[in-house]
Amino acid sequence: MYVKTNLIGFNTIVIREFGRIVRIWAQTIVPPAITATLYFIIFGSLIGRRIGDMGGYSYIQYIAPGLIMMSVITNSYGNVVSSFFGAKFGKHIEELLVAPLPNWLIVCGYVAGGVVRGLLVGVVVTIVTLVFTHISVHNVFVVFSAVLLSSIVFALAGMINAIFAKNFDQITFIPTFVLTPLTYLGGVFYTIALLPDWAQHISQANPILYMVNAFRFGFLGVSDVDVGLAYGIMLAFAAALFAACLILLNKGVGTRE
Amino acid sequence: MKALSIRQLTKTYRNGVQALKGIDLDVEEGDFFALLGPNGAGKTTAIGIITSLVNKTSGKVEVFGHDIDTELAAAKSCIGLVPQEINFNQFETVSTILLNQAGFYGIPRRIARERLEKYLTALQLWDKRNAVSRSLSGGMKRRLMIARALMHEPRLLILDEPTAGVDIEVRRSMWTFMRDINAAGTTIILTTHYLEEAESLCRNVAIIDQGRIIENDRMSRVLRKLQTEVFVFNLRDPITAAPELPGYQVVMPDDHTLEIEVSKDQNLNDIFTQLSAAGLAVLSMRNKSNRLEELFMRLVNQREKETGIVA
Repeated sequence: MYVKTNLIGFNTIVIREFGRIVRIWAQTIVPPAITATLYFIIFGSLIGRRIGDMGGYSYIQYIAPGLIMMSVITNSYGNVVSSFFGAKFGKHIEELLVAPLPNWLIVCGYVAGGVVRGLLVGVVVTIVTLVFTHISVHNVFVVFSAVLLSSIVFALAGMINAIFAKNFDQITFIPTFVLTPLTYLGGVFYTIALLPDWAQHISQANPILYMVNAFRFGFLGVSDVDVGLAYGIMLAFAAALFAACLILLNKGVGTRE
Repeated sequence: MKALSIRQLTKTYRNGVQALKGIDLDVEEGDFFALLGPNGAGKTTAIGIITSLVNKTSGKVEVFGHDIDTELAAAKSCIGLVPQEINFNQFETVSTILLNQAGFYGIPRRIARERLEKYLTALQLWDKRNAVSRSLSGGMKRRLMIARALMHEPRLLILDEPTAGVDIEVRRSMWTFMRDINAAGTTIILTTHYLEEAESLCRNVAIIDQGRIIENDRMSRVLRKLQTEVFVFNLRDPITAAPELPGYQVVMPDDHTLEIEVSKDQNLNDIFTQLSAAGLAVLSMRNKSNRLEELFMRLVNQREKETGIVA
């Protein structure tokens, strides 16, 4: 009985999240496409020509996977943090809390919503990419698994942010002061081989470096990090963040009095 | 069978406020039960614990025999909640809110659509099914929350001030609807500040004050505990002074009105006889206040005197 209830409940959360993404398409789908276009024009076409090759590819081709991944990460995170916090703020999170759905399913539902938006935006940015440059696929499995895992990790991180957040400032704090610097310093625009040794070592503590490079490996076959290690880190983050979300919801942190 | 059984339920918030101090409460299946109390008495905390929106400090809660500690999903499936505050997504349409609610309880979409039409029609919201919920009036939003709570056809419906801020016409139609739902077998727990509403609808009542149950009985028995009632008599002709009626306390608020306190062992015929003898013609008569309201105020005031704490 509960399997059927849970399945219908999960579908309902995902459909509701998808409906929200589509309803506010001007906030969810369009901005990443515009941002990616500007990046390709400025860093790819204008500045990129002067930079020359990187990792054996033209600069625009080198940064393309990183830009797609950056959009996926920020949108997966942004979707869950805004949707879950919005539900807390508007109190309609209570609709879910009084329903007979287990907390793990609520986490999965919101994370699936974040992944849907992340991948949707990823497809849009990929289309924008193809307008500016040709992009080949070295390993399709790595492309899909890396983007999916990264999306899950940041959707979970967004959920934790939303659980703790008490006001709107607190849902913009982490993306602005943590997520953006980590993304920009995560090898989206450069290979860490360009950095001095000490900076390379610091970069290796940045989880986004592994996600961007695994994804880049899927497209170009080049990576600054060991791809196996990158998968290990992504899986470990996903498991740890899922467990953290579950513990927080079970305790009622940020959701129950 | 008991729809709800609460034993020694306590709740202490992190700021140290003891909202519930060990309450015991039973609600029988099929009952229409009033849970009353002044603001801050602990009603909403109790409802929050029953519906798992609030973590309890200690105690035991069972819903149709399902312990919320061990069979939470089964307990939740039995409950429909209409909360005090509007808590649906104000950007979603009426239909979407109801279909989502059904989905959260595992109701297949086909059945959910049938129920959506049934309850929106019954609550006179069918014409608004495609309206964005924030565009609804206050009364419509209240009715939408009732429809939402019924989408999974719960055995226990908890209504936390469902008619707050609703005009009298809509309130009366909601009463009729609640009576029908109860007659069809749904157990209802109602909290309200309109004591006339509780007296009119409920068969049993518990009064909670400062985290303790101070009265829990059948409504009729509770009302019988009123030792005296004050009746207001409207006179045909003006008078200059209150008449002396032996055995009665008489107050004259204005020259056309008398307020007379009548105890349980006195009768109104005697008063009419004495008023007639005094040459006073009575045009109409009414209770000064709602009977339950009077009892409620007395119980709460009595407790305030005992504890020295004003609610």
